[in-house]
Amino acid sequence: MAQTLFQKIWDRHAVRRLPNGQTQLYVGLHLVHEVTSPQAFDELARRGWAVRVPHRTFATVDHIVPTGRQLRPFEDGMAEAMTRALEVNCRAHGIPLFDLSSGDQGIVHVIGPELGLTQPGMTICCGDSHTSTHGAFGALAFGIGTSQVRDVLASQTLAMSPLKVRRIEVRGRLAAGVYAKDVILTIIGRLGVKGGTGYAYEYAGETIERMSMDERMTICNMSIEGGARVGYVNPDDTTFDYLRGRRFAPSGDAFERAREWWRTIASDRNATWDDEVVIEAGEIAPTVTWGINPGQSVGVGDTLPDPRSSEGTDRSGVSEALEFMGFRAGQPIAGTRIDVAFIGSCTNGRLSDLREAARVVRGQKVAPHVRALVVPGSQSVRSAAEREGLDEVFREAGFDWRSAGCSMCLAMNPDRLEGRELCASSSNRNFKGRQGSPTGRTLLMSPAMVAAAAIAGEVVDVRRIP
Amino acid sequence: MTDALVVSRIERVDGTAITLRGDDIDTDRIIPARFLKAVTFDGLEHHLFEDDCREARERGGLHPFDEPARRHARVLIVGANFGCGSSREHAPQAIARRGIQAVIGESFAEIFSGNALMIGLPCVTADAQDLARLRERADASPDEPFFVDLRAGQAGCRALTVPITLPSAARDALLTGAWDATGLLLEDYAAVESVAAGLPYMKGFGS
Repeated sequence: MAQTLFQKIWDRHAVRRLPNGQTQLYVGLHLVHEVTSPQAFDELARRGWAVRVPHRTFATVDHIVPTGRQLRPFEDGMAEAMTRALEVNCRAHGIPLFDLSSGDQGIVHVIGPELGLTQPGMTICCGDSHTSTHGAFGALAFGIGTSQVRDVLASQTLAMSPLKVRRIEVRGRLAAGVYAKDVILTIIGRLGVKGGTGYAYEYAGETIERMSMDERMTICNMSIEGGARVGYVNPDDTTFDYLRGRRFAPSGDAFERAREWWRTIASDRNATWDDEVVIEAGEIAPTVTWGINPGQSVGVGDTLPDPRSSEGTDRSGVSEALEFMGFRAGQPIAGTRIDVAFIGSCTNGRLSDLREAARVVRGQKVAPHVRALVVPGSQSVRSAAEREGLDEVFREAGFDWRSAGCSMCLAMNPDRLEGRELCASSSNRNFKGRQGSPTGRTLLMSPAMVAAAAIAGEVVDVRRIP
Repeated sequence: MTDALVVSRIERVDGTAITLRGDDIDTDRIIPARFLKAVTFDGLEHHLFEDDCREARERGGLHPFDEPARRHARVLIVGANFGCGSSREHAPQAIARRGIQAVIGESFAEIFSGNALMIGLPCVTADAQDLARLRERADASPDEPFFVDLRAGQAGCRALTVPITLPSAARDALLTGAWDATGLLLEDYAAVESVAAGLPYMKGFGS
């Protein structure tokens, strides 16, 4: 019978039906970082359990890593304690750790793909909701909580209930200056921040097929912002070409065998989806969020909504967001003065993101009132960018060029907003207080749009930049 | 075998209630990221909704979690898509450690309700109109005792009973005490190994 990729991977990893009706699902790849794992390792020790399959778990430090001075011990004692706990736990259980001295450290969702650990057909878990990123490779990848991290460490399996699958077809071609980030913000805006609850999102169609792996990762990354725990793209030649030659990818004859298997994992043409949605790429403009959840966005040429014309409970949501942001209904988003520009994160901290931003920045200067920083997603993104001279482009324009980590996406390190600062950010969440100041404000947009805003000192349409 | 099989059945929760208004209350509001800087979950309850509480105080009001009369509440009543955002278990941990033993809402973000289940905190749903009636009662009187009965599929207070639902797997896990599933996952390891052996990537696609 014709099946979706979701069903195929689910069936191949299903161990048994548990008494409560959930499925015990085998986990092919488990990624671990310093924030959501220490309690899981403690619980394992308390119960006297070992890590069952240590060679299928890989660790790195990303959330709390300072992106400036990185000498150990870190100035922040708790950041040091969390890093040390991860080091001790990895050593005790034989788990490979890509630490700051490895040259491979970075945001867990950037390094998994980069190292070739992330592969089609796998089940992939990590104690982080943006694990959906790895679905770009045709994997079934989802975020889990700390108790589930404990379960995966102990058993390499999880108790899970299956999801429905919604196929989101993006048709046609994107205009110049319109990026993967704009596509996913548009999808979330259209389907809502809870529209994906209970679903895996399968992204398909010409627009998605033409995208690079970096772009597909941006799309899948933000699935969870639309409520979908899983997002994926069917694997194709773009996927296979990306993986060839990566450190943990199969090589030689094994790669050929892998490719044959990977092809069989893609959704069958005549599969049945639980829901189907079509989005026209040509209708998508550079998109900017104006509110306090990622579904509250407009095209850069548009004005902010009026709560009086919103329906039902959405009305209070719009009012609350406008009030928190200090915006008025009907005001244009373009021209909004910014204080901070942040380029980075697991959504948009890869090499192609930095290249697009650098194209906008080259030869320009950051507006005098703007604090601007670039935080590469990984050490290897950082060194690749430096080989291309992108660091110089950013530095000359007045950006801070930092070391790899999650940084100002969630401000668990020293990079944070102060007071009411307004940040143009290439990250994934504009929740109240997300970027470290309880009253700080975030406008989500593509890296190129952040770069343009940094130069202009306000939100501008990147397509108008010569 | 281990304490994982020492079951703790959760059938019914009784106590006073706290209500939160608004949909899409995200995990960063429940527990801001700066409080995730820790290697244990200890003390998280002291930072539950910390920024929202401060915002309410600055406006001259009190956040429901700051109201002295609701200090011992056991039931939390919320809107739609509660707990959206991060996978941080710190969010349900902070709520549970504050003394909340059941959450009633219009809907929940999936990772949040899954995490809550893993620590034995039931997240049950009720229809929007019923929720509004429950909320009204709870707001009117902080002393009103509420109940959430998972077996009967009902929640309410003295004068009002409404139907509630939760996914059958969650209901079953809570009623049988099997919500701490690690023991179950280790039970039949031969079956686990046979699935792993059938996955070509586990052998590096060797011939």
